[in-house]
Amino acid sequence: MARMLKFNIFRYNPQDPQSVPHMQSFTIDETESMTLFIVLNRLREEQDPSLQFDFCCRAGICGACAMVVNGRPGLACHTKTKELPEENTLMPLPVFKLVGDLSVDTGTWFRAMYKKIESWCHTKKVFDPSAPEERMDNAVAESIYELDRCIECGCCVAACGTALMREDFLGATALNRVARFILDPRDERTEKEYFDIIGTDEGIFGCMGLLACQDVCPKYLPLQDVLGKLRQKMAFAAVNNLLPSFMKREVKL
Amino acid sequence: MQIFQTDLLCIGAGLAGERVAIEAADNGFSVTCLSLVPARRSHSSAAQGGMQAALGNSAMGEGDTPDVHFADTVKGSDWGADQECARIFADTAPIAMRQMAFWGVPWNRVVPGEQTYYKGGKPFTAFEKPENEGLIHSRSFGGTAKWRTCYTSDGTGHAVLYTLDNRAAQMGVEVHDKTEAIALIHDGETCMGAIVRCLKTGELSAYLARATLIATGGYGRIYRESTNAVICDGGGHIIALDTGKAVIGNPEAVQFHPTGIVPTDILVTEGCRGDGGTLLDVNQYRFMPDYEPEKAELASRDVVSRRMTEHMRKGLGVKSPYGDHLWLDIRHLGEKHISTKLREVQEICESFLGVDPVHQLIPVRPTQHYSMGGVRTNSDGAAYGLKGLFSAGEACCWDMHGFNRLGGNSLAETIVAGMHVGGKVVEFLQGSDTAFKTDCMREAFSRQQDRIKALIHGANGRENVYAVRNAMFDAIMKGAGIFRNGKDLQESVDKLTDILQRARKVGLRSNGLGANQELAAALKIEGQVKMALCVCYAALKRTESRGAHTREDFPERNDRDWLNRTLATWANLSDDLPTLTYEPATSVFEIPPGERGYGGGKIIPMDTPPVATPKGAKA
Repeated sequence: MARMLKFNIFRYNPQDPQSVPHMQSFTIDETESMTLFIVLNRLREEQDPSLQFDFCCRAGICGACAMVVNGRPGLACHTKTKELPEENTLMPLPVFKLVGDLSVDTGTWFRAMYKKIESWCHTKKVFDPSAPEERMDNAVAESIYELDRCIECGCCVAACGTALMREDFLGATALNRVARFILDPRDERTEKEYFDIIGTDEGIFGCMGLLACQDVCPKYLPLQDVLGKLRQKMAFAAVNNLLPSFMKREVKL
Repeated sequence: MQIFQTDLLCIGAGLAGERVAIEAADNGFSVTCLSLVPARRSHSSAAQGGMQAALGNSAMGEGDTPDVHFADTVKGSDWGADQECARIFADTAPIAMRQMAFWGVPWNRVVPGEQTYYKGGKPFTAFEKPENEGLIHSRSFGGTAKWRTCYTSDGTGHAVLYTLDNRAAQMGVEVHDKTEAIALIHDGETCMGAIVRCLKTGELSAYLARATLIATGGYGRIYRESTNAVICDGGGHIIALDTGKAVIGNPEAVQFHPTGIVPTDILVTEGCRGDGGTLLDVNQYRFMPDYEPEKAELASRDVVSRRMTEHMRKGLGVKSPYGDHLWLDIRHLGEKHISTKLREVQEICESFLGVDPVHQLIPVRPTQHYSMGGVRTNSDGAAYGLKGLFSAGEACCWDMHGFNRLGGNSLAETIVAGMHVGGKVVEFLQGSDTAFKTDCMREAFSRQQDRIKALIHGANGRENVYAVRNAMFDAIMKGAGIFRNGKDLQESVDKLTDILQRARKVGLRSNGLGANQELAAALKIEGQVKMALCVCYAALKRTESRGAHTREDFPERNDRDWLNRTLATWANLSDDLPTLTYEPATSVFEIPPGERGYGGGKIIPMDTPPVATPKGAKA
């Protein structure tokens, strides 16, 4: 028996002087294998063409369609309606600037983050087109990719207590990115240089350990482990700065 | 009107756009990339499989060279490729892959010793040499003589795009995301940038540039069922076509991928078959060896897609509410392999189908996948028709893919051609200057402003943009699918000509204020219908079967009459059909036309076979 689903959707167009933030309800008949991608596109095409939301790959790979579904940040594309109740609430991700309705601007936030943590391989070497590639252990390559899998959907940031309270907090996604470079032998930054980037309240010491980031991560990244080890590593780095060299300790990620 | 000025304007910030951007930035030029979405959401990120380059490090890739890669590419193209470009590509690919490794891509590496591989569902072993330990490894892909596809698990596109975007950030490349170029600024001879709509505020601005690059990916989304991201809607092709000068090469060359999942058309990688997955029918019988004894599931994509359709037409497909499909079986690869090397596949199956591929079969059918056609360029990536306009990646018809491209060659093309075209863009920027004609800019700007006003006020009519789009979907699916024939194509062309009139009468139902997405759809619908007409009309005229273009009424590949490339232009904005002309498929012959070695089919030979020209020489 097909259900009639109800969606209460946040509406606000900041570019329209007439618009005020409010909730609007839509109903739609459920079909087989329905996802929120299908729901929202049908709503816009059949009921309200002004509805704003983002999809790109619609396959859980690009992270464009993150939104708050019934109070929990997640990807709309792989939210199946059969797993939802009859009445649902859709809200835009908090923290990021609102573009309109369910659409937010994650691009600006992430771009600023790359600049802050200098999200690229730091090396003094110069690429030699005539030489064979530098060798790398396959297990190391796989462990880097393991952390490189983040799709920057912003769910972890939206679910983060610290990020909601302070604008300058880097969030799990940035800390995970730093960990990826720490693991990478091609990045020649020292522990001290990493400490300068994340050894603060804006970085690893701002994390309250609520761990919602990992709970909502649609790619199941091991954020809890990454943050734990990073915190330990940076704590030792802080102490190491004060200790004579024979007493220094290092934490492997 | 806000005006931005830059040396190079890249429309599109996927792998091709950013690779060109980095080359220019590295040489001291200012670069701005426009992107519909944050750069890292580009469709490049969805590519799972890998990038072909003849590194020859792995046991199954031993003895591989750019020559073998070149031959595979030309054969795969069904001799539709420009062999000069295929040669540049094959020779440059190994350098480009090593450079990506240097910049930080975590390529999978050679692990020495005995390794178990699967082919056609059966395990066999290969011995990886200890001296190759730690070099870039490769996997198998369809249509190739050697294993040469470099990969990062099954997130190659993602890993490479993130690394490249890191590099772009490091080089100071500006990325203006959530922006859309809606018209090129030109005077009929020179391109001077683009008129751009901000997708955060709806504001229009002008971007003036000495060189402009179209790197907006394919036009798959003029089809209803496509593996493409929803942003691959032909935006770059439309603004090129609208100039009346730029040319779309081989629009009819559209590839279908054998394994789109049913019903959502999300792609599962060819790596599934490369790693030993098999295709089964309703009786769970493996049918591909019956059709293609040699290559079976690893014949090239057009062949596998056709064989699957042929088999389903015999009534051996699996019935479903979404139409017939077949099964992809990867169960025998085992949980460890699936959960590491094919993890994205596992996630897609679980998230969108509720299927666990370790124990269950995956429902698949051929789905629109890749546009071999696009903005026609010369081997430098310079567009025909307008000076200062370039194109790279899937958006262009460079043309190394001809009428069918091999798996792993498109993702590689983005960075390999991007590196080459980037160098040529740099030469162009070093060697020429552009006078920005502000009257051209103002005229282009006000024309777009007027269009937007007309759409908002319904000045031309009140046609519903989504209804028009659905009509276009129906029309193109009817004629320009996997199997084509004159009758259906003529019907598609006739219908699309009517739909074009409707597209010209679209009016908004919403107020169009701000980042209004109905307006974005309305601004491009006329151009999309024109692109659909280019595809169907060119397919109607091409009375032969070559690569992915299969005419049931003309089953032979006809080298006598059709060893050429279609060139489509829209001479006047008000025309109802594109103007088609033709040019030779290749200016250089390293390999004269021959059989592909799979897919069967007869060939009508050329009257006078070409003399093979030596490497690098012009014919």
